[in-house]
Amino acid sequence: MASQQPQIPQQRLALGKALEELAARLSEHLKGVATRVEADKRSMVINIEVDRSRILEAAKILSSLGFDHVKSLTGVDYPDKGVIELMVHIGSYSRGLRRIMVILRSKLDRKDPRAPTLTQIWPSSEFQEREAWEMFGIVFEGHPDLRRLLLPEEFEGLWPGRKDFEIPTRKAGEVEEPWK
Amino acid sequence: MVAGSIAIEEISKELIQSRDLGVTEEGERLIELQIGPTHPGSGHMRIRVWVDGDIIVRCDPDIGFVFRTIEKLSENRIYMKTIPLVERPSLLDTTPMTIGYVNAIEKLMGIEPPPRAKYLRTILAEITRIASHLYGIGILAIFLGHSTGFMWGFGDRELFVELANQLSGARITYAYVIPGGVRRDMPQSFPDNVEKALRYMERRLKDWYKIFLNNPVIEDRLREVGILRKNDAVKLGITGPNLRASGVDFDVRVADPYEAYDELEFMVPVAEEGDAYARTLVRFEEIKQSINIIRDALRKMPSGDIIHPQIARMFNPLMKKIYEETRRVKFPGIFASLKPPKGEATARVEAGRGEALFHIVSDGSPRPYRFRWTTPSYRNVILFKYLIPGHRLADLPAIYGSLDYFPPEADR
Repeated sequence: MASQQPQIPQQRLALGKALEELAARLSEHLKGVATRVEADKRSMVINIEVDRSRILEAAKILSSLGFDHVKSLTGVDYPDKGVIELMVHIGSYSRGLRRIMVILRSKLDRKDPRAPTLTQIWPSSEFQEREAWEMFGIVFEGHPDLRRLLLPEEFEGLWPGRKDFEIPTRKAGEVEEPWK
Repeated sequence: MVAGSIAIEEISKELIQSRDLGVTEEGERLIELQIGPTHPGSGHMRIRVWVDGDIIVRCDPDIGFVFRTIEKLSENRIYMKTIPLVERPSLLDTTPMTIGYVNAIEKLMGIEPPPRAKYLRTILAEITRIASHLYGIGILAIFLGHSTGFMWGFGDRELFVELANQLSGARITYAYVIPGGVRRDMPQSFPDNVEKALRYMERRLKDWYKIFLNNPVIEDRLREVGILRKNDAVKLGITGPNLRASGVDFDVRVADPYEAYDELEFMVPVAEEGDAYARTLVRFEEIKQSINIIRDALRKMPSGDIIHPQIARMFNPLMKKIYEETRRVKFPGIFASLKPPKGEATARVEAGRGEALFHIVSDGSPRPYRFRWTTPSYRNVILFKYLIPGHRLADLPAIYGSLDYFPPEADR
């Protein structure tokens, strides 16, 4: 035990350096496409921010570099700024890259959030895009099958993932009477 | 009379058109079957399948019957109250989920738990992994009509549920992991009891191989059924034992070690075939590896604190006394008003069914601004759409069981 403990911080240090190097290389590949490439050593991820019109381009480059599947695709709502941020966690199963994740971010207009679908590049995003649409109203242009996934088909109302959606509550003992 | 017959014709036309009756290229009609949502073979989900004869040509999983909006609920609660919440969806495999969520908070706060707490977390996570795999195998067995396997799976699982009970004080939902450490130390009799249970399980695994894995009927039902090729598994972003059974040796415990995994010795079982049998085999081999991990962790268990000194400093004298005498953490006020600094953190863990990802966006308030959580079953549900078509209807339960899919976990 005593011999193993000091190794951990060193290992992490080396990893942090490798992450920064990779971020530098990625920013070269994404020159002109990404507005921000930043290494987050705490979480071992690289944040990449792109303009809405450049999402597909950035995705193609990342996919050609070996990032082969989407781990999560979702939105983050910022009503004060009038923005919904598209946040895509992308990982890789190839040997050299498996330690690192990339988060592809893009700011979408909250009034009409539209983004190109990533299903052509990463088929793993198909169901996740369906969820992002039903929760945040992000329309994925070109998605083969944009239907509800988790909510009931007849669900109506605001997008439940957004901040202005209030969870309907009722007092204790109060009974819902749909027949009235 | 004439008018009447026209009306009937129109009605029947309308009825046929309003229903989705697909037609094959040969002009034959496909039959749509609805399996679930309350069918014992489907769990809490509906599987719509279109069959041509008994060959499935299309499959559409309809999930969301146990959707709990945990991501949204967490935005209205303090950080601590989300810990028991993330346990609920994957009731068989709770500790890895709490570890992932707490790791994300710890990354935000910039603290790391003491080594002993890391080892205790690892041991409980592996105990739940064994219990979760036994449950999955039991369910697969009953899907195939092998009731002995079902009863054995649930019977053997009881042992590990009992071990977790001794360590954490609860049978299923432990809420054992807290930011900066764990809730209590292990009892003195715990290592002996673990050793007894592990020895029993090792003996039992031999019986399992005899009665289940090397059983000709089971082999017939599972071999070369539901073959998932390596390329497809990567493309669809499959995770966990299902991925490793297709020849990709990806395991978060090795790829991005958390807790004590980088100090423990274990292997990652990988199979090449990618069929239902290989997926079951990989889960059995993982039970063996979990046994190794638990033994190794108990051997290397360091002594010392189980809670981060920064949090222990906030104990009042009574809490300090309780902690020193019984090694239990009474929650100081910091947990009620925990305010991680502004920022974002991502954590991932290898749960029993695969990789779970946690992302917290913090705005400096006592509640998370946004909490994103993807579970392994949620990422594997896409397999229903792409893996099942082309098989016979009778293969559906075999494939479903071999995927170890757990509907509440996918719905969150």
